[in-house]
Amino acid sequence: MQAFTQLTGITVPLDRANVDTDMIIPKQFLKSIKRSGFGPNLFDQLRYLDEGQPDQDSSKRPINPDFVLNFPRYKGAKILLSRGNFGCGSSREHAPWALLDFGISCVIAPSFADIFYNNCFKNGILPITLLDEQVDQLFADTQAKEGFELTIDLDAGVICGSSAGDIAFSIDSFRRHCLLHGLDDIGLTLEHTASIKSYEQKRQKQAPWLFN
Amino acid sequence: MAGKTLYDKLWDAHLVNQQDDGSCLIYIDRHLLHEVTSPQAFEGLRIAGRKPWRIDTNLATPDHNVPTTLDERAMGVNGIEDTVSKIQVITLDDNCDEFGITEFKMQDERQGIVHVVGPEQGATLPGMTVVCGDSHTATHGAMGALAHGIGTSEVEHVLATQCLIQKKSQNMLVRVDGDLGEGITSKDVVLAIIGVVGTAGGTGYAIEFGGKVFEDMSMEGRMTVCNMAIEAGARVGMVAVDQTTIDYVEGRPFSPKGASWDLAVAAWQDLHSDADAEFDHVVVLDGASIAPQVTWGTSPEMVLPVFDMVPDPAQEKDNSKASSMVRALEYMGLTAGQAITDIQLDRVFIGSCTNSRIEDLRAAAAVVDGHQVAKTLKQALVVPGSGLVKAQAEAEGLHTIFINAGLEWREPGCSMCLAMNADKLGSSEHCASTSNRNFEGRQGFGGRTHLVSPAMAAAAAIAGHFVDVRTFN
Repeated sequence: MQAFTQLTGITVPLDRANVDTDMIIPKQFLKSIKRSGFGPNLFDQLRYLDEGQPDQDSSKRPINPDFVLNFPRYKGAKILLSRGNFGCGSSREHAPWALLDFGISCVIAPSFADIFYNNCFKNGILPITLLDEQVDQLFADTQAKEGFELTIDLDAGVICGSSAGDIAFSIDSFRRHCLLHGLDDIGLTLEHTASIKSYEQKRQKQAPWLFN
Repeated sequence: MAGKTLYDKLWDAHLVNQQDDGSCLIYIDRHLLHEVTSPQAFEGLRIAGRKPWRIDTNLATPDHNVPTTLDERAMGVNGIEDTVSKIQVITLDDNCDEFGITEFKMQDERQGIVHVVGPEQGATLPGMTVVCGDSHTATHGAMGALAHGIGTSEVEHVLATQCLIQKKSQNMLVRVDGDLGEGITSKDVVLAIIGVVGTAGGTGYAIEFGGKVFEDMSMEGRMTVCNMAIEAGARVGMVAVDQTTIDYVEGRPFSPKGASWDLAVAAWQDLHSDADAEFDHVVVLDGASIAPQVTWGTSPEMVLPVFDMVPDPAQEKDNSKASSMVRALEYMGLTAGQAITDIQLDRVFIGSCTNSRIEDLRAAAAVVDGHQVAKTLKQALVVPGSGLVKAQAEAEGLHTIFINAGLEWREPGCSMCLAMNADKLGSSEHCASTSNRNFEGRQGFGGRTHLVSPAMAAAAAIAGHFVDVRTFN
C-alpha cells in the first residue's frame, strides 16, 4: 500500500449528503476482477450523460457539464469535499479503488459510513472527519477562489490553506501509523500468529461445534 | 458494574487480543464469499504466496451476477450471456477449486443469495462471528450472531489470518413494543425504524433489535430486519437467541448434531443482553403504530406510510435535508403533495436478500392468488432466494399461483436488487421492490425504486399502483 504523509492538491466540492457507494461506482463496473482501472467510471452516472458499460472507452462519451468533477476549475483534484454520511450503502471496495484511480486520495466530510471509512485506510486514502462548520468553511473557500488548494499533513494532523486558518484533525493512532508507513495489515496480524493459535485452542474447548 | 449487552458478549468471546492503542484482533467463525468482492482478495493471497488460515470456515456461492431465466441457466456457467459476468462467476469457481473452499456452484440446488443460503444451511449459527464482502451480512445477526459486511481487503485478511482488526462499536437498542397490526410485516417494521433512526443514525453502533415485536417474530422476519441495519448506518444488527432461534437452527445440514448440539444449545442460552445491561443509545417504537411503508425518495430514510402524501421540501426546516428532498423528487419524478397511492408502477420485483425466503413468497402469493397483474405493468418478477427456497415454493404450488396471476417465476439470485445481471429497470421506470436500497440507479440507469414488503409489492402488482394491503381485496 502507498504510504500517505503529505498531500497538496485542488479540492473539489461535492455538495450532497448521503453519497452512496452505488453513486461512487455503479454496479456494472463491479464485474471486473481487478483492483485498477475504475477511475474513468468514478461517479459514472453523474459524470456522463449516457449509461456507461464495462470495457468501454469513456473518453468518447458525452460528459455532464453540470457535474462538479467536470468543471475545468477542479481538473486534477486530489481532495474531495462532501457532506454527511459519505460512502453509505454497499461495502464495495471498488469505491475507494475508483477514487484512488481517479487521483483522489483524501476525502473530507462531516461524517462517513463505517465500512467505506474502513476501506479507505486499506488503500492509502485518508478520510478526514471535520465539524459541519469547518466543512462549510471549506465549501466557501472552494467557491471563492479558482484553483483553491489544501495541504494535508497527516503526521501533524493539520489541514492548511483555508482562509480561516489551519484546521486540526485526528485519526486513530493505529490507522494513522499504518497509513503513514504504508503498512500491510495482513503482515501485521500474522505477527500475532501465536495469539491466534492459542485463542483457537481455548475456543475449541469451549465451543467444539465451531471446529468440525 | 452494569451487565453485558449481547454485542458485548459476542465481542468478548471473539477477542484474540487488544493492542495498547485500542485496536483489537477479532476471530472470525464463518466467512461467506460471493463472486463480486472476492476475486481481488484471492489474487492478493496468490501474489503474497499466502494460504487460507482455516479452509472449513469458508463457504461460497455465486449470486450477484447469475442470470435468473431458465434458458440462460440451462447451459451452466458457460451459458451466461454477459461475458464479463461469466468471467466473474468462473473466477469464483476457479478460486474455490484452487484453495479447496466449499462452494455451491450455479447449477447446485443449494446455490442462492449468500445471506439466504447461510442460515438455510445452518452455516451461520448463534454465537458466531460471521463476515462477508457484502454489507447485508448483518442479516445473520438474526441468529444471535455478530455479523457484518467487510471490504475486499478484509476478505483477504480473513482468508489469510482468520481475524479482523477492529474497534468496538457502541451499543444501540431499538425496541419495538406491543403488537403489530394485521397485515404489518417485518419489512414495514424495519423501514419504519429507518425512518426514525435515519440512514446515518446507526453509524458507529451495533444495533440490537428487542421488544415484544421481535420476540414474536419468525426467524425469517428477524433476518429481514437485521438485513437492513446497514440502511440505518449500523454494520451490525442482531436479535437475542430464544427458542425460535434454536428451533430454526436444529437439523440443518451444517448445524451441530448429537452431543455437540446439546453443548451448543446450552451455551446459546446466554446469548441475550443482561437485564442490567446499559446501551449507549435507545430508540423505542410502538408496534401498533406501524403502518405499511413505502419509500418515496432515493434514500431508505425517505419513507412514509402508504396512506400518506409525498412530502414538500418547502416544509423542511433543515436546508441540507430540503435540498436532498428536492433532488430526490426530481430524480423520482414525483410532486410534493401527491398521494403515494397515486404513484403508477412499471415493474414489480419480489426477491433479494431482504425478502426472498419462503415466508416472503407465501405472503406475496396469498395476495395475488386469484388476481391478475395490472395491464399497465411491464413486468412483475418473483426471484426466490435459493434453489431450496424455489423447490419449497414449488412443492407448495406457489409458483403456479404467481404464474397464473401473470408474474414471472425465476431462478435464484440477487437479480433486480442491484441489477448486475440482465434484470433491471429502464430509465424513469417506477418499481415496487422488496429489496433494500432505493439509491439513484441502483436497479438500473435512471430507474426509480420504491421499497416495500412482499405483500405490498404483490398488491401493487395487481393494482398497478400502491395500495394499502390491509384493505386490498
